[in-house]
Amino acid sequence: MTPRRPLRPLARVFSARARGENPDDIEAEERAARLRARHRAERLKAEHRLLLLAATFVLAFGTVAARMSVLAASDPEEPRVTAAEQRIVAQRADIVDRNGAILATNLMTASLYAQPHEMVDRVAAAAGLARIFPDLDEAELLKQFSGKRKFLWVQRTMSPEQQQAVMDLGEPGLKFGPREMRLYPNGRLAAHILGGYGFGREGVHAAEVIGSAGVEREFDAFLRDPANGGQPLRLSIDLSVQAAVERVLAGGMQLMNAKGAAAVLMEARTGKIVAMASLPDFDPNQRPLPPTQGDPSDSPLFNRAAQGVYELGSTFKIFTVAQALETGIATPDTIVDTSGPLTWGRFRIRDFRNYGPFLTLSDVIVKSSNVGTARVAMELGAERQKAFLGSLGFFEPVPITLPEASKSKPLFPPRWSEISTMTISYGHGLAVTPLHLASGYASVVNGGLRVRPTLLADTPAPTDADRVISTETSRKIRQMLRAVVERGTATMADVEGYRVGGKTGTADKPKRTGGYSENKVISTFAAVFPADDPEYVLTVSLDEPEDRSGREPRRTAGWTAAPVAAEVIRRIAPLMNMRPLPKETPEDALTVRTGN
Amino acid sequence: MTEMVYGAVAAKPGEPLLPRWWRTIDRWSLGAVAGLFLVGLMLGLAASPPLAARNGLDPFYYVFRQGLFGTLALGVMVLVSMMSPTEIRRKAVLGFLAATVALALLPVLGTDFGKGATRWYSLGFASVQPSEFLKPTFVAFAAWMMAGSYDQSGPPGRTLSFIVAVLLTLMLALQPDFGQASLILATWALMYFVAGASILLLLVVAFGVLGAGLFAYANSEHVAGRIDGFLSPDIDPRTQIGFATNAIQEGGIFGVGVGEGTVKWSLPDAHTDFIIAVAAEEYGLLICLLIIALFSIVVIRSLIRLLRERDPFVRLAGTGLAVVFGMQALINLGVAVRLLPAKGMTLPFISYGGSSLVAAGISLGMLLALTRERPQDHLSEIIGRGR
Repeated sequence: MTPRRPLRPLARVFSARARGENPDDIEAEERAARLRARHRAERLKAEHRLLLLAATFVLAFGTVAARMSVLAASDPEEPRVTAAEQRIVAQRADIVDRNGAILATNLMTASLYAQPHEMVDRVAAAAGLARIFPDLDEAELLKQFSGKRKFLWVQRTMSPEQQQAVMDLGEPGLKFGPREMRLYPNGRLAAHILGGYGFGREGVHAAEVIGSAGVEREFDAFLRDPANGGQPLRLSIDLSVQAAVERVLAGGMQLMNAKGAAAVLMEARTGKIVAMASLPDFDPNQRPLPPTQGDPSDSPLFNRAAQGVYELGSTFKIFTVAQALETGIATPDTIVDTSGPLTWGRFRIRDFRNYGPFLTLSDVIVKSSNVGTARVAMELGAERQKAFLGSLGFFEPVPITLPEASKSKPLFPPRWSEISTMTISYGHGLAVTPLHLASGYASVVNGGLRVRPTLLADTPAPTDADRVISTETSRKIRQMLRAVVERGTATMADVEGYRVGGKTGTADKPKRTGGYSENKVISTFAAVFPADDPEYVLTVSLDEPEDRSGREPRRTAGWTAAPVAAEVIRRIAPLMNMRPLPKETPEDALTVRTGN
Repeated sequence: MTEMVYGAVAAKPGEPLLPRWWRTIDRWSLGAVAGLFLVGLMLGLAASPPLAARNGLDPFYYVFRQGLFGTLALGVMVLVSMMSPTEIRRKAVLGFLAATVALALLPVLGTDFGKGATRWYSLGFASVQPSEFLKPTFVAFAAWMMAGSYDQSGPPGRTLSFIVAVLLTLMLALQPDFGQASLILATWALMYFVAGASILLLLVVAFGVLGAGLFAYANSEHVAGRIDGFLSPDIDPRTQIGFATNAIQEGGIFGVGVGEGTVKWSLPDAHTDFIIAVAAEEYGLLICLLIIALFSIVVIRSLIRLLRERDPFVRLAGTGLAVVFGMQALINLGVAVRLLPAKGMTLPFISYGGSSLVAAGISLGMLLALTRERPQDHLSEIIGRGR
């Protein structure tokens, strides 16, 4: 430590002055000494700090060296996915039928991707892949492998056999990632209801499975929601009934030379759909691409039952009659003028056959008289008719949980003229889906409560707030429908023991160019069974049927749709645990009568 | 009058230049730098062929260029190391002005090479990063300023150099190049520390840097991602850090063998910022320890030799150069072993890069020149010390 110095060395200055010397030299010397001392102090400080700095660097380099040694001595970990990565939720809930049978589930397969820069032999790899996957093109693959990309998908899903074959290629640049795919174990069954799937965001380790149509799309959010804990989506479909309906419908379609067919089986009281079929169909495991040309309604993807709107013909007469009964302007025994043809302007309405000048209201239905129905409708008036059909939901898309159906708005005339009132009363001029028809029938025969069709197993039944007609009217309607099968246009629809009731409908198909076709019809049979207290409503529609077994081709629904519907009922009733009712012998009838 | 000096053999008048250089230079540091260059060349053989393949060039294109620029850099280093401190000071300050102008003109004339930060001038055959040349010349400038304030009626050099340092930091941060910016600021702080700063002031600067860091963390997703990645206990194996860690582990003590490494194919910066990972994988821990040893030899020996230095400019400039060199190496290595958050920083003399090599040559040449043995203490001071 430098000793304290006085600011000015006065003692020396005074003695120098006394000696007669210049004191400035002394002061300068003093200043120089002081500066040197400061420098020395600063240098000392710098020396300490430099030492400290050097020591810090030694420590730092030592730390790095030590850390590197520790790292080098530890075992390498395989690079693996850490929690930091945003995971793709691959697990998708199953879809089951009302009894829990699997309709759609997931299958673990592998996806194949290529990393060309790791490939040993690109030519051989491309050739091998083209051999294993017939839909891949060798030249195209080779071009992709030779490009700059370091990663490319080759195949999204594959079978275990194909995976083994790819492994046998021994190419290190071809790699597999786990991939969950959607599997529809029943193949074509309920294809239109289930829809299909596609892949959304893709990663190497998983991919999102996204519903692209049908229930898969409608309930996509539910199916993908991990919060449901894998709980399956339960549909109201009964798999075995669906299978029987599709089998019989396919047979009927072939027998009747129809180009398409649709069937809806619905619980009459609740609107739950037990089976819904549309032919031709497809396999949702290999869902075809939408057609780019031709009529989309001819594509197998088209759901005729829920998506296609058709004029369904005489099946609509029952709604006109129901309204007539409900409003009290007629009873089943009221005599209706059926002398034809009925002329309105340039239109003429005639019956299939001339049924004579008068029929009771019941027989108008039983014999299916257009003229009689039109006269009843005129009596009711356009406004009331419109209101009633509206209350049955015929003017809006059917409220079912299918994305396709929600876009199928019924077609009806913008101006509801008198002629519209007349034609719509027997089912021309208003185009609805078969699903509309089935729910309309269910509503009028179940006691008069409007049902809303649904595909979900857990749906509440309609309450009194949904009433459209009285139970009394509903009972009379049921009797009429039973009479149609007993002695009317649909005798071929009778199935012993199940007391089928129903109404036929044969509608000329509208031509694309306008007007109606002469020999192309949509024939429909709407059945209810058992007619006394209906449990189920079944509609069967055939597109352009033609029964060629007779001398001349027969197209009316009584000859085409009705026998197909009967066969369907014969097959499915036992499946649904329905006991055949005892035969109605004449003695029984007598007993009942005397009992009265 | 012949001055009596301590600590060095007196300069013999008329002694030739080269023998005198060889006699007074720090031969350990010189050897270490040469060793670093050779190791860099060897690692370039391993690390750069993938890059060459990616760019469709001859496999050893980058090795050839590295050799060319490395030889140039070594030549520059030897030339610079022959200069006297005064010459160094004058030329470096001029260089500093030139580098600052070049830095300021970057937004107008520079290119970003598609990397999102404008840091380079493209000269056709090579690209030049002004900040590489800025570092050594700034050190010389700051040392000159600080040394000036030692004089009794000198300028307020510490304050001036601080202002310049902050301005440069801002300019670099705007590029953005937070790595070089923080390096400049830290170097200034350490020089100031050696120049006798009050600890309180240094603490204030430290907190300022911390605040700037927090600001960057809050406002830049890029920076935030890096920090989060560092703080999270799991290594995401798909990042460069993950690959580097895995490579060091794969390499073990003796490495997987020359040319057998795989990490160089996965790491985009295998030949620059993460060359140590390639070294660790192919040559093992031993070469990494050798590299660390070579760096510490240069830094520690230079600092020790500066202990005896009398001239404040030489002392401060030498400190700054050694510290810049050491910190850059430490940051690069520290990132690779996950002691520091990910920050792109080249490993001086080893990473590939033409202008960075030449700049490192200049900077080490200055350091070697300043640490040469030369007449030091007055006898009186030796005696005075003894008291």
